[in-house]
Amino acid sequence: MISREWTVNAALALALLAAAIAAEAAGQVFYITLATRIAILGLAATGLNLALGLGGLVSFGHAVFFGIGGYAAGILGSHAFSGDPMIFGLEGSNSMPLIWLVAALAAAVAGVVIGVISIRTSGVYFIMITLAFAQMLYYFAISWPAYGGEDGLSIFVRNAFPGMNTMKPLSFFLISFGALMAGIAILAVLRGSRFGSALDVVRQNEVRAAAVGINPFPVKLTAFVLSAMITAVAGALYADLNRFVSPSMMSWHMSGELIVLIILGGTGRLFGPMAGAALFVLIEHNLGELTERWQFFLGLILLVTVLFARGGVLGFLAGKVRHG
Amino acid sequence: MAEPVLQISNLVKSFGALRATDDVTIDLHPGEIHALIGPNGAGKSTLIHQICGTHAPNSGTIRFMGEDITHLGVAARARKGLGRTFQISSIAPEFSALRNVMLAVQARQGSSFRFFRPVRSDASLTGPAMTALERVGLAGRASLPVAELSHGERRQLEIAIALALGSRAFLLDEPMAGMGPEGSRALTSFLADLKQEAPILLVEHDMDAVFALADRISVLVYGKIIATGTVEEIRRDPAVRTAYLGDHD
Repeated sequence: MISREWTVNAALALALLAAAIAAEAAGQVFYITLATRIAILGLAATGLNLALGLGGLVSFGHAVFFGIGGYAAGILGSHAFSGDPMIFGLEGSNSMPLIWLVAALAAAVAGVVIGVISIRTSGVYFIMITLAFAQMLYYFAISWPAYGGEDGLSIFVRNAFPGMNTMKPLSFFLISFGALMAGIAILAVLRGSRFGSALDVVRQNEVRAAAVGINPFPVKLTAFVLSAMITAVAGALYADLNRFVSPSMMSWHMSGELIVLIILGGTGRLFGPMAGAALFVLIEHNLGELTERWQFFLGLILLVTVLFARGGVLGFLAGKVRHG
Repeated sequence: MAEPVLQISNLVKSFGALRATDDVTIDLHPGEIHALIGPNGAGKSTLIHQICGTHAPNSGTIRFMGEDITHLGVAARARKGLGRTFQISSIAPEFSALRNVMLAVQARQGSSFRFFRPVRSDASLTGPAMTALERVGLAGRASLPVAELSHGERRQLEIAIALALGSRAFLLDEPMAGMGPEGSRALTSFLADLKQEAPILLVEHDMDAVFALADRISVLVYGKIIATGTVEEIRRDPAVRTAYLGDHD
């Protein structure tokens, strides 16, 4: 039997795909870009959803992983473009799969360091430590002149994906959409696994998890690191979308935005981040045309969501979560 | 007599000037129910916390199955087979009864870092979990979310979890609390069987249950064990009568 949630999920995914294809048919490149933005932000928030939604780890520094991904794309791509070797004489690369791998591994290293320190704390301390780490790396990026410092780093030609012309908007959308679906699939598999069960019980009741012999720390750390890796891949895509990466990708605004996407869409729901990203981008686009103060209205919508519709878009469309 | 399963020696725990656990020595032998009784504030919970690992003692040792576990964490002790139930039922509230027990089975198998196979169709988890639920008489309620179980049913679920952990000793913290007379009777006879499987350290306020079940009783008052003995010895002990039972008899 197909549940209501999966019907909604499939409808959301198909709607995004259809919107991009329709925009291509109508020659409206701008709308393809909007759809691509939804897919990429959705993927970044899907990564965070693993830590925040499934693991209850409210990371207020996930932009740092998004930025690490962005810089992986920017740095590798610019070296490949110029032909100059990087440190240790390594060559740059403009191959997206390789860039994603580097982005994910770099984020994993950062995730372990940040996680080992921050996960010992909880609540507001956890939020503050993750924020502090993100701000440290943000200021580091600003003061790093080799890669543009405050001005950021331009990517002259989008990095390449085997068999696709990434400069074609629809092709790049399809890559991003595929990555989003893969990210959601990873989350679905993890959630159903033994690891997912352990993570869920750690979120619900940490004392209890320990009492049955599940040590919460390594479970949370693993979730945090995997979450960072997914968000980093989204960051690499985001840099390619804009053909530009700057420290602002790591700013706390971005971290906050990722949390907002999850809350709008439905915390812990597989398609919540994507729904939240769609809502966010549509609000930004439509209200942004009407008023410069669109973020005021975004705030109102967020307030209404938190007060009256805790489940976000997914909770509204697909009803409450049923645990087995 | 056989070597004790659990041996607590000279345990001391102070909170500031208060000695909540004052040189406590207590042990648990195979096949017995050892009840720990004492008035409110006697330090029973503090002692249980030290045995299961949530509080560290100031001094003294805790040995379990011949091994010093004084410095092990909660999760490590649970994996060694020290099964604990909680005074306040606090199981994973969003999960069904079955999934709560499945989690204990998973922990016992030591395999929380498996990332692919779905748990729902994993017979190596659901099988033992259902067996444990059947033993406590909760099989018919397996798929209900814990939030929809009655108070007594949650206590039964706690014991099913401890069973599924393959515990070598049970720490039962007021298992009768909040149960009706019928539930208490059923649980009493269940515990009488359970002790054959693994010995039980029982903290309980229900004196009828304690006197019916316990092979030995220790009385804790102001952090000190003032007497340990059989039910008859404890009933007759003058110090115990003044300190504790006097009000009841």
